[in-house]
Amino acid sequence: MTDPSYPAPGGGAPAQQRLWSRFLRRPLGVTALAVFLLIVLAGLFAPLLAPYDPNLVDFSLTQAPPSAEHLMGGDSAGRDIFSRLLYGARTTVYGAAVACLVGVLLGVPAGVAAGYFGGLTDRICSSISDGVQSVPGMIVLLIVAAGTGADFTVLMMTVGAFMAPGYYRISRSRALAVRKEPYVDAARVAGLTHTRVLHAHMVRAVQAPVVIQSALTAGVAMGMQTGLQFLGIGTASTPDWGQMMNDGFRTMGTHPLILLWPSAALGLTIAALAFMGSTLADLISVRTEPVSRRRKRAVAPDVEVVPATGRLEHPVEDSALRIENLRVTYRTPHGDKQVVRGVCLDVSPGEVLGIVGESGSGKSQTVFSALDLLPAEGHTSADGIWIGGEPVGDLPRAKRHALLGTRVGYVPQEPMSNLDPCYTIGHQLTEPLRSVHRLTRTQAGERARSILRRVGIDDPDRVLASYPHQVSGGMAQRVLIAGAVAGKPQLLVADEPTTALDVTVQAEVLELLRELQEEYGMALVIVTHNFGVVADICDRVAVMRHGRVVETGAVEEIFAKPADPYTAELIRASLDDTESRDDLDAAWNKAGRTVRT
Amino acid sequence: MFRFTIRRLMSGVALLLIVTSATFFLAHLAIGDPTAGLLGNSATPAQRAALHEKLGLDRPLFVQFWDWFSHALRGDFGTSWRNFQPVSDQIALRVPVTLSVVIAATVLAAALGLAVGVATGLRPGGALARVLKLASVVLFALPGFWVSLVLVMLFAVRLQWFPAVGYVPLTQSASGWLSSITLPAVALALSAIVMIAEQLRNGFVEVTKQDYVRTLRARGLSTRRVTLHVLRNASPAALTVLAVMFVGLLGGAIVVEIIFNLPGIGQLTQSASQIGDIPILLGLTAVTVVFVVLVNFLLDLVLGWINPKVRDI
Repeated sequence: MTDPSYPAPGGGAPAQQRLWSRFLRRPLGVTALAVFLLIVLAGLFAPLLAPYDPNLVDFSLTQAPPSAEHLMGGDSAGRDIFSRLLYGARTTVYGAAVACLVGVLLGVPAGVAAGYFGGLTDRICSSISDGVQSVPGMIVLLIVAAGTGADFTVLMMTVGAFMAPGYYRISRSRALAVRKEPYVDAARVAGLTHTRVLHAHMVRAVQAPVVIQSALTAGVAMGMQTGLQFLGIGTASTPDWGQMMNDGFRTMGTHPLILLWPSAALGLTIAALAFMGSTLADLISVRTEPVSRRRKRAVAPDVEVVPATGRLEHPVEDSALRIENLRVTYRTPHGDKQVVRGVCLDVSPGEVLGIVGESGSGKSQTVFSALDLLPAEGHTSADGIWIGGEPVGDLPRAKRHALLGTRVGYVPQEPMSNLDPCYTIGHQLTEPLRSVHRLTRTQAGERARSILRRVGIDDPDRVLASYPHQVSGGMAQRVLIAGAVAGKPQLLVADEPTTALDVTVQAEVLELLRELQEEYGMALVIVTHNFGVVADICDRVAVMRHGRVVETGAVEEIFAKPADPYTAELIRASLDDTESRDDLDAAWNKAGRTVRT
Repeated sequence: MFRFTIRRLMSGVALLLIVTSATFFLAHLAIGDPTAGLLGNSATPAQRAALHEKLGLDRPLFVQFWDWFSHALRGDFGTSWRNFQPVSDQIALRVPVTLSVVIAATVLAAALGLAVGVATGLRPGGALARVLKLASVVLFALPGFWVSLVLVMLFAVRLQWFPAVGYVPLTQSASGWLSSITLPAVALALSAIVMIAEQLRNGFVEVTKQDYVRTLRARGLSTRRVTLHVLRNASPAALTVLAVMFVGLLGGAIVVEIIFNLPGIGQLTQSASQIGDIPILLGLTAVTVVFVVLVNFLLDLVLGWINPKVRDI
């Protein structure tokens, strides 16, 4: 059935088995499953289990309280409620099954086709799905019920049709995601037909979400079904819960138990389905819940402690930033992970320090924890952190944050993802000036305009009125630099400020940072993986690897005589990179010219 | 912006035409001969034939459709087949009741969903977040009419805090109006509250991870101000759910209105469908779709205001 040479991830028997055994280890999931199975079995074997004929009328039983012979008593017509409840389970489960089946049959193929083929197929299917969602379903159901003489199966098929958009949406998004996976392309290139690819990969990809959606849909379908029956739609000869609830509703004031039994049965069934679905969804998405702050404080990270690395150059009182023996630990579901393992570094006013290392070396984490900008899962400990010569490591959160935007400025890496897409650039620049620096609206606007001019933006008014998506990456980075220096900080921290930019813009941005640093007399800490940047702008450099400082020194010394082989390797890689880049550009230009002429 | 508005309105009108036309044919095909339902079982064949002719049911279906459609285009939805009163009058009489309940439910869902969503979004691992997660699983699945029954049993029959049934118009008594719609609105809103809270919480967790939130904090903005930025970015998904819920609430209102004995469009829908009063059913469909279109249009406007990037696409 499936081609063994193109295995789809997450599919296959072993994965399925693992999911099952994981499901069975969740008490909530198991309980829900057991309850649901019990109800299904009760419905299936109702003729064997029911002590009485559900339609047998015994006038002495009318509105009778529960007794040994009649576990739940009798309804207002004198019928045994327990027997009717069992038969009602049968109707309920059957109806939900019909609705789910129709929903799957209509929604899943359309969703997979729309996601896989895209284009016109997608547009047509999606607008049909949207249309169905805006149809007043209850009115249509009532019309169908009136016309078909309340044929229950047809009614539940209609319910299923209204459930199809739910199946459509999840199948479409799964198919879209899988479509982009390389193994699907591989299968296509290998000559598999669309049908084979759809069969081999799509079916497996949508399986789990469809099962989860079905748990949800079954619950909703049961609700609609019982609601319709409550309104009096259904066959009088087959007992169902909605009918029973209606009966109970009418005598609610005097005999609440008659209403209670079927309501409890329906509530229990729907809750069981919902918990089954959510347990499955949890297992499949494996969403990691963030650690709560309280727990974070209570437990100190349990990781091995290694000696501190790095060298401090300046006395505390002469430093703009000083970090002593910094450790950063992340809490993950698989235990604690230490990403910075004992880092010491410092920078003095007017000095430019580079922190260099490959990605994952802990350089960004070092500066984030120094500024107290780590995400909630991150945990910092240090022998001491000083900003402007003052210890800040033990300051309360609010006081620590008061340093940001006033004494410390931060320039991020990705210009486009660091501007809030919902606000104009003007708002984002003036908001801190007004709320942190207490400038008036006009003063803040004036300051924003002048600082934008300073960072090389010629038409500040247009940029201030623009939204982030309306400006280029280079422009956005200038805006971010403007935002970082607008508060006239004494320390500027730039995290890979040029990495995301075009080569031509990189040099300009570095030049701008250098100028601003000299003009304001700021200390500048620049995080980068590129020794070219270090050579351009830095006075001193700390080389990091695996969360430790391998080497610290003046830039010329390090370039001339790298003490650590890793440093030498990084320098070589950076230089190679620039060289090959130039070669590449030259070759490309030449090729372009040849083609054009 | 102008073109955006026009485009949305056009697609709304198209949807209205398609859905009402489809309902016309569905109703006629499903109900077949409505005279049986209209006159009851005791009617003689002669009486039924007379009504058949009076209603013009002997004409070809397409002729009947065009007759209805051309009048509907001019805002004339005809008269009820039962009492020959204008459809629009009967619906206009009942719309305020349903809208009272549905709008109250929507406001409740938006307000409580916002509060719970923000509270759990700020502390995603906290106790409230865990309670919300469990509650959302069950409350989403439980049908509104089931919740209504429980509420009636508890608050109207047991505790007698609210009237069990009946509707008091706002023009008659504001407090009476409020207490007559409270239970139905809560019953309808419960699942919407948890859905919106859940969406908002997920949005919060997602947006808090975004780079620009860190940058905003790095500029020294207070937690309150950063939270406002996060909220604005996290709200589109929750608002979309709110709009979808509104459509669901209009449908769910039908059973809830019957339980609480509210003279809204739900009761009218039920009685019209039972006797086969097709003009009323078509009018109800049109009104509902108009609401759906309006709500979706409002949603688009609000989404465009929240994130201007949406407008430019």
